[in-house]
Amino acid sequence: MGKRNFSVASLPGFGTIAIITFIFLYLPIVTLVVYSFNEAASMSRWEGFSLRWYEAALANRQVQDVSIRSLVIAGWAATLATILATMAALATTRNERRFPGQTMIYALINQPLMVPEIVTGVALLIFFAMIKIATGYQGLGYLIAAHTAFCIPFAYLPIRARLETMDLTLERAAADLYATPLQAFRHVTLPLLVPGILAGFMLGFVTSLDTVVITEFVKSAGQDTLPTYMLGQLRRVVTPEMNAISTLFLLLSLIAVTVFFLLSRKKA
Amino acid sequence: MSAVEMAPHGADTDKPKAPRGDIAWRWGLVAPALIVLLLAASGPLLIVLVYSFLTPGNFGGVIREFSTDGWFQVFFTRDIFDETVGPATAHLDIFRRSITLALYTTVFAAVLGFPTAWFIATRAPDVRPIWLFLVTIPFWTNLVIRTFAIQEVIRNEGLVNTILRSLGIISAPIQMLYTDFAIMLGMAYVFLPLMVLPLYASMEKLDFKLLEAGYDLYATRLKVLWHIVLPLVKPGFIAGSILVFIPAIGAYVTPRILGGGRNLMLGNLIELQFGQGRNWPLGSALALTLLVIVVAALMVYIRATSREEGRRHG
Amino acid sequence: MKITRWALAAATLAASTSAGLAQNAGSLNIYNWGNYTSPELIEKFEQETGIDVTVTDYDSNDTALTRIRAGGHGFDIVVPSNNYVPIWVEAGLLQELDPAEIPNIANIAERWRDVDWDPGRTHTVPWQWGTTGVIVNTSLYEGDINTSAIFLDPPDELKGRVNIVPEMTDIINMTVRYVGGQQCTDDRDVLRQARDKLVEAKQHWIAMDYGTVDQYVAGDMDAGVNWNGASMRARLQNDDLAYGYPKEGYPVWMDSAGILTDAQNSENAKTFLNFVLEPENAAMISEFARYANGVEGSDEFMPEDMRTAPEIVVPAEHEAAGYFSVTCPEDVQRLYTQIWTELLR
Repeated sequence: MGKRNFSVASLPGFGTIAIITFIFLYLPIVTLVVYSFNEAASMSRWEGFSLRWYEAALANRQVQDVSIRSLVIAGWAATLATILATMAALATTRNERRFPGQTMIYALINQPLMVPEIVTGVALLIFFAMIKIATGYQGLGYLIAAHTAFCIPFAYLPIRARLETMDLTLERAAADLYATPLQAFRHVTLPLLVPGILAGFMLGFVTSLDTVVITEFVKSAGQDTLPTYMLGQLRRVVTPEMNAISTLFLLLSLIAVTVFFLLSRKKA
Repeated sequence: MSAVEMAPHGADTDKPKAPRGDIAWRWGLVAPALIVLLLAASGPLLIVLVYSFLTPGNFGGVIREFSTDGWFQVFFTRDIFDETVGPATAHLDIFRRSITLALYTTVFAAVLGFPTAWFIATRAPDVRPIWLFLVTIPFWTNLVIRTFAIQEVIRNEGLVNTILRSLGIISAPIQMLYTDFAIMLGMAYVFLPLMVLPLYASMEKLDFKLLEAGYDLYATRLKVLWHIVLPLVKPGFIAGSILVFIPAIGAYVTPRILGGGRNLMLGNLIELQFGQGRNWPLGSALALTLLVIVVAALMVYIRATSREEGRRHG
Repeated sequence: MKITRWALAAATLAASTSAGLAQNAGSLNIYNWGNYTSPELIEKFEQETGIDVTVTDYDSNDTALTRIRAGGHGFDIVVPSNNYVPIWVEAGLLQELDPAEIPNIANIAERWRDVDWDPGRTHTVPWQWGTTGVIVNTSLYEGDINTSAIFLDPPDELKGRVNIVPEMTDIINMTVRYVGGQQCTDDRDVLRQARDKLVEAKQHWIAMDYGTVDQYVAGDMDAGVNWNGASMRARLQNDDLAYGYPKEGYPVWMDSAGILTDAQNSENAKTFLNFVLEPENAAMISEFARYANGVEGSDEFMPEDMRTAPEIVVPAEHEAAGYFSVTCPEDVQRLYTQIWTELLR
């Protein structure tokens, strides 16, 4: 952290609130991780260290299946949504006046946000069921499409926010230097846009992991995801097995983060 | 290709209208997203609109018979005991509760999220991604388990109460679980990255020279924050607020687990109609009413902010 | 480098989407309540038959019904509750079962062979059955627990400690019975009393949640309407918890498995139903889900703690108060929903 940044950018109390926020974020997570190593079947009493819930989770084929499926769907949905949202954001920013139809485009892009999941879920259930019967195709494509659509606004908003605060001088300079628009985009706009795209992708990914109700209605046979699997358990008994699986997911995210970080370091 | 060329210049042209080629280019870029949205989100919503004007079927579903009962029941209720028709106060209560809680949630998320995003944006550039990932890591567990984790922390025998008791601050556990406070806390928790990430994205590009200049002119940090930082990060702030407020108003899982289900939120009310209540037309009409409320709120919000912008730019 | 990456991505997509397409000859798709299908049972079935089983979960009867009615689902077997079975049958969603093809239907216990919701067992076979009663922490309250007063007129000790499973029909019906009516009544006087009772009682409730076993064990809640299997799990972890059978009437339920009319693997589904009606296999489900199964002779394979559990084996003196919940007519369902919305406003 540079000295200049410190003097200008530090706002009193902000650091403290940020630390409190991180504690707020991690307290439940730490509890969850700790209790995943609990010997007891209960989530409220500590009866000693044990790996039994990991063994149980890893031996449970259904748990494995739903976890992998969740990741596959989230990966696809977030990637597709980020690409589509980046294109859409480029098209809907950096103009002085709104072009005809822009308001409608905004409304369409943000629409999935404005409707509770249950409604989209029921609508998609009816609509997709017609397609399923007509085409006979029952694959994961429906879930990926539904999740992609649902993730687009989540990916779009940070990318657009980024574009709106972006300095365009460089881009213009590139154009003045006879860079083709594609070159200008590739070498100037895109690198500047990366934080927004990254934020968009991550938002999309976690949103897809969280999408319960839509998945519940759209899924065909053998298409449970982790959250729908857990929702199904709500009425029965939630075992610490779920804590174990969640801990493994956290571990996975840590690995992904580390790899990503090392890669970006190397590139730089 | 000439259309593409126009794009980077779009921002600085003073022409009253964007050139035709530019518009075509923009529509071309946005089209794939629109197609996906129309097929997998907005289009099917028309079904909901149609359903809201039909008659409830036996045991769920609808019968193809036109009826305005669904809409009528959103706003009015026929008392089942004395047959009098009056306003549907139960629905009004639930709408009011949901909106209030969603507002509180947004404010709470902003109070936590703004300093956090600021904190991250002011770290050295190479460690920022680490902090950013720290914000998102908890969200790799899913919504259901995250909500359960909160329950573990705030329950009577949970971490917070245990610590407070062992410190002697309280003698009996504070009932946090199954209160509106728990719902608000839980929703702020599960939606926090939706506030932090967009805020960060717009802060990260902040030119700190502006702040320096600000300090010279305004001197106090509060004024700098208010007059320089806030206007600059506003797009991120608006995005964050929208991203938190809207899912919060229709939230289903979090109120159900943390609120204890004694009081319905809108999401639960709609679910009830599609589920045990078996009144899909009413459920559809309620969902569309929610949609109208959200859109109206957004329009008021956008109009207010753009008017302010117009004033600023003269 | 780039090309390999794209190829890899494309391959992953192909692999991930074709997984849903794989409907080989030897597969079976079960649609069941979450955490209700014993993994060991499935493993055993797969080993014995070579059929590849996929289990998919649902969390409510209504979701399952909605999902299947829309079509294009790919499921073979579904496990609705007794009060929903007539809806499924009436809508033509379930196949008629042929005892010649499923000989183990003969293993169904006498009591469950000819039931109101599926006369002659023509469409479904027992999966698990149980009761909806009350659970009480007896260290706080020592009075009579075999009454709905536990949640409708809670004794002082339990005020503010009561949890209700949010099952609209069950709760309203129990209240209707408590004030002297019959289930699915449309008698306005009775309904008014029931509503008043519920509104009055609600102030003493702490939650309306599918209270997990844990919360009763840890003391987050000390009494409430609960299922028998869950109550047994709770008692095994905390001796003070006891399960009561309300004398005013309590619902008895049974989830029953049937084969869908549009099943793609009907033969395998029949093999599976026959398989779960083996006493030993039925006991495996019970051991996992912790409810009774309704198959004759499965007792000897049951775990010891279940064979004698007062939650699983209904004591003779409480048997008479139990009633099977029926499907309420649509207009009654509307009245119930309105009362429920009023209650939860």
